[in-house]
Amino acid sequence: MNKEIYTKPFFKGNPITVLVLGICSSLAVTVQLKGALVMALSVTIVTAFSSLFISLLRNTIPNRVRIIVQLVVVAMFVILIDQVLKAFAYDTSKMLSVYIGLIITNCIIMGRIEAFALGSKPWPSFVDGACNGLGYGMILIVMAIVRELLGSGTLLGFQIIPQALYDAGYMNNGLMILPPMALILLGCVVWVHRSVDKDLQEK
Amino acid sequence: MNTNSNTYTIVYTTILVVLVAAVLAVAATALKGRQTDNMNLEKMKTIMLSTGFGLDEQGAVDKTADFKNLYESHIGNTLVVNCKGETVEADAFSLNLKAEYANLKAGAEASLPVYECTMEDGRNVHILALYGAGLWGAIWGYIALEDDWQTVVGAIFDHASETPGLGAKIAEPAFYTQFAGKVMEKDGAFSPVAVIKGGATDRAKDVDAISGATITSRAVSDMLSVWLAAYLPYIEAQKAMAAVAEEPAETAEESVITEENAMEE
Repeated sequence: MNKEIYTKPFFKGNPITVLVLGICSSLAVTVQLKGALVMALSVTIVTAFSSLFISLLRNTIPNRVRIIVQLVVVAMFVILIDQVLKAFAYDTSKMLSVYIGLIITNCIIMGRIEAFALGSKPWPSFVDGACNGLGYGMILIVMAIVRELLGSGTLLGFQIIPQALYDAGYMNNGLMILPPMALILLGCVVWVHRSVDKDLQEK
Repeated sequence: MNTNSNTYTIVYTTILVVLVAAVLAVAATALKGRQTDNMNLEKMKTIMLSTGFGLDEQGAVDKTADFKNLYESHIGNTLVVNCKGETVEADAFSLNLKAEYANLKAGAEASLPVYECTMEDGRNVHILALYGAGLWGAIWGYIALEDDWQTVVGAIFDHASETPGLGAKIAEPAFYTQFAGKVMEKDGAFSPVAVIKGGATDRAKDVDAISGATITSRAVSDMLSVWLAAYLPYIEAQKAMAAVAEEPAETAEESVITEENAMEE
């Protein structure tokens, strides 16, 4: 199996910073690290298993309704994740509210199924889905760390910025927790990514 | 096999959809018990938090508190009242507040839950439910009142999808701890706590809104006024009963005088 399947989704083919997919959720759920972690995990599970599933079915799917078939499979996994979170991690499920359901609309999942799983064997498809989910999660986590730390002074709910600093006049940056700042921050992440990886720069 | 024929497509999609539906049905049924438990526990937790049980000194939620136990040991009587102040036969805990809110909005008859809570010092506290529409989704909460039915013991709010860092702050201590000790009375009449943008002027009754969350703050204020107005007939009845119980002699004398006057006329 090509080694690129493992590395590409993290750097040269990162779903968020290079393919610009899954932007909406990366802006919405990165206010707190906990939400970003659960979202990253959920998306990884959904992409991995729906890619695997579609890849197993790839020779039987009628071409004309393939998008519908993909959607049904993706929706099944998303609903399962939503139900399991509601049963075993109620607080987190409450925090992520609609965004778990909205994983269905995450372009990365359908994108990977269409571009990869429909034409590949099950195991590479599973790895490709999982790595793309993790590549997406990586950016989410980076953004959530910056936003939670600067916006609320905490990480995973624990106070990181010492009280002494607040007493000295430091204030949390309220803009950090608003969606517009998430977009600016995402721009910065893309900028850093492109500066490091010169191949991504257009001539 | 021709995977593009109509028959194949129809049969294939039918089987797939039925299989997926079966998987989801099994999952939903298997997890339903746990989900309901979680929801009930969450409800007990919110009810107890409104009275200050399970809150630490800063007013933050104590994550280690056993809310089920707290609820069972402190909540005594629960009852359901209607908008006319009459008690109706129903289970307070299982009322669907969303539906009752729709009834209130439509001006129809609604059922309102009242929880009677006994505090550690033996005080009797009444907990009333709240439900309303925030900026993006539902908001709800509970407000606990002292036995005089106008001093607020505490209030707690939660929301489905308010903006994090803005409207979502209604669920944070800085906002909800403001409610404790407010007296819902203005010029001798009952008047619900209001959430005031730009800072409350009547600090004995009102609380400050959240900067940057005007609509959510206003929604909390509206929610309080809608529900407390609905509870008002019951509150007035309870106050009247308490007044009668406190001053039986005077009231009796007064009624005698009234009767005499009536006879003279």
